[in-house]
Amino acid sequence: MTRRPLEGVRIADFTWAWAGPYGTMLLAFMGAEVIKIESTKRPDHSRMRSLAAGPTFGGPDHAPIFNDLNLSKMSITLDLSQPKAVELAKKVVSISDVVAENFRPGVMDKLGLGYEALKEVKPDVIMLSSSAVGGTGPQRHYVGYAPTFAALGGMAHLTGFPDGPPVPLMGSSDLRSATTSAFAILVALYHRAQTGEGQHIDLSSTETIAVLVGDAILDYTMNNRVSSRKGNRDEIMAPHNCYPCQGNNWVSIAIATDEEWESFCDALGNPPWTKDERFTDAFRRWQNQEELDKLIGEWTINYTHREVMERLQKAGVAAIPSFGGAELFSDPHLNERGFATEVSHPVIGKRKVVNVPWRFSATPAQVTSYAPLLGEHNEYVFGELLGMPQEEIQRLVAEGIIN
Amino acid sequence: MTETALAKVKVLEYAQFVAGPYCTKLLADMGAEVIKIEPPNGGDQARRREPFLKDAPHPERSGLFFYLNTNKLGITLNPNTSTGRGIFKELVKETDVLVEDNPPQAMAELGLDYESLKDINPRLIMTSITPFGQTGPYRDYKAYHLNTYHGSGLAKILSDILPDEVKQPLKAAGYLGDYDSGLSAAVALMGALYGRLFTGMGQHIDISKQESLITLERVEIGMYGNEGFSMMSTVAMQNMLGGLRHCKDGHVMLVIPMEHQWQALVELMGNPDWAQDERYKDEFSRAQHAEVLNNYITEWMSNYTKDEIFHRAQALSCPIGAVYTAEDLLASEQLKAREFFVEVEHPEMGKVKCPAAPYRFSKTPWRVARPAPLLGEHNEDIYCKRLGFSKEELVRMRGAGII
Repeated sequence: MTRRPLEGVRIADFTWAWAGPYGTMLLAFMGAEVIKIESTKRPDHSRMRSLAAGPTFGGPDHAPIFNDLNLSKMSITLDLSQPKAVELAKKVVSISDVVAENFRPGVMDKLGLGYEALKEVKPDVIMLSSSAVGGTGPQRHYVGYAPTFAALGGMAHLTGFPDGPPVPLMGSSDLRSATTSAFAILVALYHRAQTGEGQHIDLSSTETIAVLVGDAILDYTMNNRVSSRKGNRDEIMAPHNCYPCQGNNWVSIAIATDEEWESFCDALGNPPWTKDERFTDAFRRWQNQEELDKLIGEWTINYTHREVMERLQKAGVAAIPSFGGAELFSDPHLNERGFATEVSHPVIGKRKVVNVPWRFSATPAQVTSYAPLLGEHNEYVFGELLGMPQEEIQRLVAEGIIN
Repeated sequence: MTETALAKVKVLEYAQFVAGPYCTKLLADMGAEVIKIEPPNGGDQARRREPFLKDAPHPERSGLFFYLNTNKLGITLNPNTSTGRGIFKELVKETDVLVEDNPPQAMAELGLDYESLKDINPRLIMTSITPFGQTGPYRDYKAYHLNTYHGSGLAKILSDILPDEVKQPLKAAGYLGDYDSGLSAAVALMGALYGRLFTGMGQHIDISKQESLITLERVEIGMYGNEGFSMMSTVAMQNMLGGLRHCKDGHVMLVIPMEHQWQALVELMGNPDWAQDERYKDEFSRAQHAEVLNNYITEWMSNYTKDEIFHRAQALSCPIGAVYTAEDLLASEQLKAREFFVEVEHPEMGKVKCPAAPYRFSKTPWRVARPAPLLGEHNEDIYCKRLGFSKEELVRMRGAGII
């Protein structure tokens, strides 16, 4: 097999929930060896029983959410409330390149696993700490989840229909934060490879969202305007919306130029309303988009969303269905590209999972295994990697240190 | 000057609008040298996009362009001319990473596809960002940001959490999906760049915006693929306790999956009698009475502002976030303390405040060394000083529409 880009990089992964684990999983896809440090007393949140885990939940090795966010990783169990376990965690760090964590700021320090302490055992370590609002500032102890990051980061206020409430998105805000973490770690790894120097990275999940509404922030700093929700509409383009189709489905259509508008009208067979003077140029179409959207909707409703897509794309007009989750799995384009793959999990069986989001021509990134069972790699990490004798490992298990 | 992490990395950008430019901005802000190629007539489309300084449209006064192109060098070049293509190839010889966002066939038609470029620079990492990727039946389909967002499934599944009166597929605010794609591409190319340190090998990276988005809701979408419905569409989650709640001056977002967080909320509300009811004893029983409880909570919240609720709740470790506008972000004490907003001086726009980065690197910080380039600002630097053209040749190339 071709060498994957991060082969030889080892990550001691103390992250949990969503915002941490997805970031290190991306690095695992690229070949990093990611060792997740949990304990039976304090397993990753997403292994635990919750409303989100659904009614079929059957224990920490039975959680599909955990599987989706921790593929291709290893798991060891250490009860970090015990000093001996902390020492073992440091040993894992001493043979790692990167440490990632997303506890509340201060927790790693209290455990004796702060950046200064870890630098002692691994001088060139790269440590990424991800938290709700960052590790400095008066609110550093504040806590949150994906929807609160979207709220505090300015995204929720801007997302939604003009006559509806703000929309705090869903879990994706955690994954945005995690993707940003992966980028930051890679930048630090590149720097270390050039200079031998490690460093600490303090990442704020709220800020990872705020940088994505930069244009709205500049509208305020430049023009004092507080932008608000626009639904599916655009500042310039019209039509630019989502239109109803057969089967309770929707299609998105966006038109930028007069040329596209002409093609659009042709594709519809030039019904009289397309020649209406309210729609003769881009500005008028934008001014009268309420009426325009209604008329387009009266046309699209006669077709399926795929029929509209095919007909308009043939004419060079941007029309794509608003796909539902289940539809993605039967879509010919996505299937040809292998957007999803199947993993065989020893407890929950075969699961479809969304695949690696990039295609490398030379060093394929891939899903290599299911998410680890709790403590599945204790033998490998403590025995093989750290070279501890069997008797010692068994004693530590008996003492509840490896637990 | 402070050391930067990517000081030795040379990037060539042949992309417009948001996704490609955001990708290379992330690199430029960490120290990479980014040469941005713009079409001679009018430049990057983002120059024609709001917000404009004082609402006066001007190609050098777009806040969107300003934000997405910090730290880059800007040249104009028309690769549709043979001289233009020749110059493009000259630039590629000295490039580590090329980021482009042209339709899949366009680069091949120009003779600037990966197969052609790798012959002149085998170490080149070429990153192509397109709506549907380089392969598959939709690869040539036209799609604007609205369309890729809807095509990813994220808009339709977002409607699962919308109130009935606005239950329609919904695009997230602004150009979120394009930012997401740029970030995803930045992770992939940093991985390839790191891997190249060991293999010396370049490669082509295929980024599909659609898949960059799908992966961000991989948990929800995975459930659709396996169970046929999602977590958020279940009755249990629809009636979730907390969520978005109205208060005196806006909204707050409340996420309280854990027992201690519920207890904190009860304390926040002054330990009302109703909260002691046996029916509300755990997450599951509370979920059954979520509607009643949400009414109690909203009633209490109507007496307080979003900031009062936010800070008082967080003092008790209760995960509540205020729904912030751009104005609120600028006023945030936390963001001020973290110096999240920086003022950048631009020759046409004066001093403009914009977001910095969501991470603090202890050794190689983010910084702004120069504002976004004016159209063709660095033509003379690159063409004359670096590629050895004379000033007379520059004038002639300009006349011929090459630059």
